[in-house]
Amino acid sequence: MKTESVLEKVLASGNLAVTSECGPPRGAVPEKVREKAELLRGCVDAVNITDNQTAMVRMSSFAACVLVRQMGLHPILQSVTRDRNRLAIQSDILGAYSHEIDNMLCLSGDHPHFGDHPQAMNVHDIDSIQFLQMVKKMRDEGKFQGGDDILNPPKMFIGAAANPFADPFELRVARLAKKVKAGADFVQTQCIYNLDKFEQWMQGVRDRGLHEKVYILAVVTPMKSAGMARYMKNKVPGMDVPDEVVERMAGVPKEKQADEGIKICVETIQRLKEVEGVSGFHIMAIEWEQKVAEITEKAGLYPRPEV
Amino acid sequence: MITAERKPLEEIMEFVKPHGRILLVGCNECVTVCAAGGRKEVGLLASALQLKFMKEGQTLDIKEMTLERQCDPEYVEELASFVDQADAVLSMACGCGVQEVARRYKNLPVYPALNTKFMGASERQGVWAERCQGCGDCLLGITGGICPIARCSKRLLNGPCGGSTNGKCEISPEVDCVWQLIWDRLKALGMEDRYEDIMPAKDWQTGRGGGPRKIIREDMAE
Amino acid sequence: MNQFEPVIVAFCCHYCAYTAADMAGSQRLNYPPNVKIVRVPCSGKVDAIHILKAFEKGADGVYVAGCLVGDCHFKNGNLKAARRVAYVKQLLDEIGINGDRLEMVYMSAGMGERFSQVARDMTQKIRDLGPNPATTASTLKAEQAVA
Repeated sequence: MKTESVLEKVLASGNLAVTSECGPPRGAVPEKVREKAELLRGCVDAVNITDNQTAMVRMSSFAACVLVRQMGLHPILQSVTRDRNRLAIQSDILGAYSHEIDNMLCLSGDHPHFGDHPQAMNVHDIDSIQFLQMVKKMRDEGKFQGGDDILNPPKMFIGAAANPFADPFELRVARLAKKVKAGADFVQTQCIYNLDKFEQWMQGVRDRGLHEKVYILAVVTPMKSAGMARYMKNKVPGMDVPDEVVERMAGVPKEKQADEGIKICVETIQRLKEVEGVSGFHIMAIEWEQKVAEITEKAGLYPRPEV
Repeated sequence: MITAERKPLEEIMEFVKPHGRILLVGCNECVTVCAAGGRKEVGLLASALQLKFMKEGQTLDIKEMTLERQCDPEYVEELASFVDQADAVLSMACGCGVQEVARRYKNLPVYPALNTKFMGASERQGVWAERCQGCGDCLLGITGGICPIARCSKRLLNGPCGGSTNGKCEISPEVDCVWQLIWDRLKALGMEDRYEDIMPAKDWQTGRGGGPRKIIREDMAE
Repeated sequence: MNQFEPVIVAFCCHYCAYTAADMAGSQRLNYPPNVKIVRVPCSGKVDAIHILKAFEKGADGVYVAGCLVGDCHFKNGNLKAARRVAYVKQLLDEIGINGDRLEMVYMSAGMGERFSQVARDMTQKIRDLGPNPATTASTLKAEQAVA
C-alpha cells in the first residue's frame, strides 16, 4: 500500500472498484456539489471532481473536493496542466492533502479553443507525464519537483487517463507503459463503447504485464438518447462509438432511449468484468448522477465492500 | 524566418492620419521572404494608403525606402537623412526592426505596419508555418527533427494527448498532430524505442520564462 | 459634362489578348475608346502594383486579359495573373474602392469579337459603378490617364 486511500484499499483487496464523477457548477453554488455527491453515496468508492472540464470555468476542483470530503465521501482531485504551473499544482496538492484528499488524476486538459475563454494562454508548464513524475516524487521521495524537502509529504494515490481509442492506435499501449513508468498507480480509460477495440488494447497491455503494475478502471457512460450517441460519435475527439451502438439507441422509441442507454451500459460492464486486467469501473454519468446507483445495482457492483 | 502579416488598413490609417509626412520603411530579409514587408509590399502599401487619402480629398506625402535589415544599427543609420523630412515612420519590418528604428530615432513616432507572427519556414510557395518558439534548449535531436514545443497545441513533451485524431490535432483538422509526425519519423529512423523515454519537466529559464534574453559574444562585442 | 465617361486600362498579353484586339481592329469591330490598352508579354507579368498605380493615376476600371486557360504561351502565366487579380480585388475592397472595378478575362488570339464585347461590357459596368472614388474627391483630372 502506497497511501491511506480507500480507493487503493478496495483495489488492493482484489475487489472491483467503482468510481464516478461530479462536475462542479459554473458558479459559487456549493449546494449543487453536495446534491450531486449525495446521489453517489454508498455506490462508489471514490468520486472524480473534474477540473474546468472542456476548458469552461467552473468552481475549482480543489474547492469542490473539500466540500465532498466534508460530506464523508472520498474525492479524486482532477488537475489539468492547461491552467496552472508546477508551483500552483504542488501547492494545490499540499492543500488538498491537508484536507484529507488523497486521490488525484493528472491530466493535460482540453484545449481552451473548445471552451468559454479561447483567448486564454494555456500554461502547460509541465505535461501529464511529467505531472505524474512530480506527484510520485512528492510522495515517495518527500521532495518538491525543484528538489527541496517537503514538510509532511502528501501521500497521493496517483491516477492518469489512458485512451485506447485515440490515434495512433499502435502507440496506445506504449503510452500506458510511459504513464506507468512515470508513476501512475491507476488509470481511467476513455468511455468504452467499442469493446472489440478495447479488448485488443487490453491484450497489448497484458502482453507487456502492465495490468499487474497499474489498476485499470474501465470507463462506461450511459447514453441518454440517440442524439447523444451521435454527438459523441462525431463531435468528441478521441471517442469511438461504433455504428451498432448508435443504431441500437436509434432503434427504440424516444421515451425508451434512456432505458436502453442504461441497459447498454450495464451489459458493457458485465462484458468488461470478464476482461482480465480490468480492476474496476468508472461510471461517467454526466448530469445523470441519479442513475449511478441503479447501474451499480444492476451490474452487481452494489453494495461497495467495507475496507 | 520571422513571419508577419500586414495589419488591416483601417488600423494603419489610424496611425498615419494625424501625420502629414510619412517615411515608409521595408526590410529585405524575413518579411521579404514571407511577402509582408519587402520592397514590393512597401510599394503596394504606399499606393493603397495614397488611394485611401485621395478618397478623403487629401494626398499623403509618403517616402518609400527598403533597408537591407532593420534589426542592425548600421542599416537603420541609413534613415538618418530622411527622418528630418518626415513626421512619423511606418515600419514594415518585424517587431525587432520596428523597435530598432524607434530606439535610434527617438524624436518621431515609429509605427508597426505588420503583426509579427512566428518563427517559421516555407512549407511551399505562399505557405509559411510555425516551426520554432525559441525555447533556448533545443531538443530536435531527440524528436526526429520535429519540434513539439512549437508545433503541439499543448506543448506536450511526452505526447500525443488523447485528442489526436487521424494524425490531426483536436483543435482543428487543418492542424497536424505533431506527435503523430514525430512518431512516424522515429519509426522511419528505426528509433521507436526512444518513444518510451520520458522527457522530464522542462527548464523554461532558457526560454522567455527566464526574462528577456541577450546573447553576448565577448570576442565580438566592443 | 453630363455623362461620365470612364477611363479603363486593359493589360493585354501579347500572344492572345493584344492579337485579339488587333483582330477586332482589322475586322472593323467597334469597341469603346474608353479602353486604353497596355501590351505586356504575358498577363503573368502584371503585378499588383501596376494595377494599383493605374487606379492611383485615375483609372476608373482595370482588367487583365490573358490567354484561355491551358493555352498560355508561358504555361501558367494567366493562372498567376488570375490569383493576383483576386488578391488585388480584396485589397481594393479594403481600401474602399470596390474590387468589382477590376476583372480577369481570358480570350484567344482569334477572338476579335470577344475582345470588343469584353471592352463594351467592362465600359458599361464601370459607367454604372461611377467614377473612381479616389480621383473624384481629389483634383486629379480624369484625362491624366495611364503612364
